[in-house]
Amino acid sequence: MANELLFFMEVLVGGLLAGTMYSLVALGFVLIFKASATFNFSQGAMVFFSVLAFCGFMQDFNIPFVLAFILAALLMVVVGLCTERLVLRPLMNASEDTVLMATIGLGYVLEGLAQAAWGVEVRRLDLGIGDFPVPWIADNLKLFISALDITAGLVAAIMIIGLFLLFKYTKIGLGLRAVADDAGAASSIGIPLKHIMLLVWSAAGVVALVAGCMWGARAGVQFALVDLALKALPVLIIGGFSSIPGAIIGGLIIGAVEKILEVYIGPFFGGAIEGWAPYVLAIFFLLYRPEGLFGEKIIRRV
Amino acid sequence: MKPIFMTYTKKDLINLAVCMVLSVLIIPTFIKTEYWYTSILIPWLCLALATIGQQIVMGYTGQLALGAAGFMAAGAFAMFNLILRVPDLGFVGSLIVSGLIAAAFGILFGLPSLKVRGIYLMVATLASQFFIIWMIDKFGWFKNYDSSGIITAQDIVILGKPFTTPLAMYFVCLAVTTILTLLAMNMARGSTGRNWMAVRDMDIAAESMGVSLLRTKVQAFAISAFYCGVAGALFAFCYLKSLEPVAFDIKLSFKILFMCILGGLGTINGAFIGAAFILLFPVLLNAIGNNVFHGAIDATIISSIEQVIFGLLMIIFMIYEPLGMAKLWENLKQSMRSKLSSSGIKGVKSPVLKK
Repeated sequence: MANELLFFMEVLVGGLLAGTMYSLVALGFVLIFKASATFNFSQGAMVFFSVLAFCGFMQDFNIPFVLAFILAALLMVVVGLCTERLVLRPLMNASEDTVLMATIGLGYVLEGLAQAAWGVEVRRLDLGIGDFPVPWIADNLKLFISALDITAGLVAAIMIIGLFLLFKYTKIGLGLRAVADDAGAASSIGIPLKHIMLLVWSAAGVVALVAGCMWGARAGVQFALVDLALKALPVLIIGGFSSIPGAIIGGLIIGAVEKILEVYIGPFFGGAIEGWAPYVLAIFFLLYRPEGLFGEKIIRRV
Repeated sequence: MKPIFMTYTKKDLINLAVCMVLSVLIIPTFIKTEYWYTSILIPWLCLALATIGQQIVMGYTGQLALGAAGFMAAGAFAMFNLILRVPDLGFVGSLIVSGLIAAAFGILFGLPSLKVRGIYLMVATLASQFFIIWMIDKFGWFKNYDSSGIITAQDIVILGKPFTTPLAMYFVCLAVTTILTLLAMNMARGSTGRNWMAVRDMDIAAESMGVSLLRTKVQAFAISAFYCGVAGALFAFCYLKSLEPVAFDIKLSFKILFMCILGGLGTINGAFIGAAFILLFPVLLNAIGNNVFHGAIDATIISSIEQVIFGLLMIIFMIYEPLGMAKLWENLKQSMRSKLSSSGIKGVKSPVLKK
């Protein structure tokens, strides 16, 4: 019995930690949604693009780790700048759905560019953190938890706290919230819309890079990352599109539920139900609480 | 324009006649190479049909759905099983029933559209995409317990006659596509289509005018899935000639979404234009790569460039012409017409042209 409980705990903790990986991707979505009410479908492509660039800098040009990371982050700032200038500004007054379509196009552009520049083969990314159980925890708590999962959890926690503080207590954060609320009113009282947008997209780019590093270290840097990033969508639906804590909780829920279902119910159906379970879970959430756990209530005015 | 026959105007009938002459008489007499049928015309017709399905739910009813390939898979595998297990049904009967099976899935996964819209609905429809593919993949029954993963599609036999040559298959696809396209135009122009568009333009207003949201949305999803299912069955039986769930992955859904949007939302001819563009553009790009650069550019680079161009086009169309290529075509015709009429009124040449 104790063994079964221990096994359950292990599945649960493993799922929760894997969930933080989803949260990291979802965080990028939330950042942009919060500041511009734009749903950025290309976030997954940004994850792929940034981490492939990072790998490319390190492996093709032999640039040291830290410098390559900075270069990749700068590249994401440039991507953010171009997106703001070339895609978002002309679509300032377009409907939500139109902007969403444009970001799908943007995702295609980024995926294509990344593959044209750095090739299509799977790259290995070694962060120096092994994807194997930490001996100390395995010995003392009898839980097998990967060091990479713990790192991802820590990184996610740091980023959440940082972003939360930024939004809550800084002038920039106030500006961001104002823009999200009403872009027109915010710009009329002198909040520089362009700078805010650039800032948000750059931040989302850097978040994408971090998320990509975590995913890349686990699964290899490859095109499948884009599909993995799609799983951030149910995370957002559960957590709410405009809530940073929501992204985290949503990620944890998806991660845990997906693993538990896979381990306990999956075998009856031949496994691999984690491919669709998060989406079905999201549908149930949509039916009962469309705004998500932490999202603002959706009010449509006629 | 007054309709002459059902909802069709004189212009429509002329267009139909031109299309029929072109596709039934001219194409078969002039195009002899099999390549054109097997790699371009047949997939074009199948994907255009699926795009019409996507149009119905997205262009006409305004619901963001992203699961066309899932419904196509449902249709294709339903077809396989129907021919295998209920041979009495015949090809046409199986095709209709497999469309209906896909429609049942469409209703099931369209239900969330009653509560949510936009990106939320997109995620809900993604569930259909992943669920259907998983279901086919995991339950051996659907694949007749074939372990190789790829099943060969049965030969098409209609009324005892085999349709196995590329030309014959082209005619099968053409017939099905023509009938369903005419039906779609009929629906889009009738009260059904007006209800769809009312819901698209403003659902609350439509509801207060007495349009039932439940009925309209579920109907749109069901019909859309029916079209996708039939298209998927044709796609598998006439084009792929094999059935594997991987062929209907999320990439195909995105492709159909692109065809729908680039072609022009809310138009039937846009579906054909968009499908033609998305299919032919890679062919063109490859031809340029092979003939101009003589294979100096890697094939993977070419496919990446293709992806970049599709993405860019999507952005450019969203910014400058959200109504897509069908609208561009319309504008072109309009400007030609106005030029012709301004220059040729009663045979008097305009002074501008004289110079």
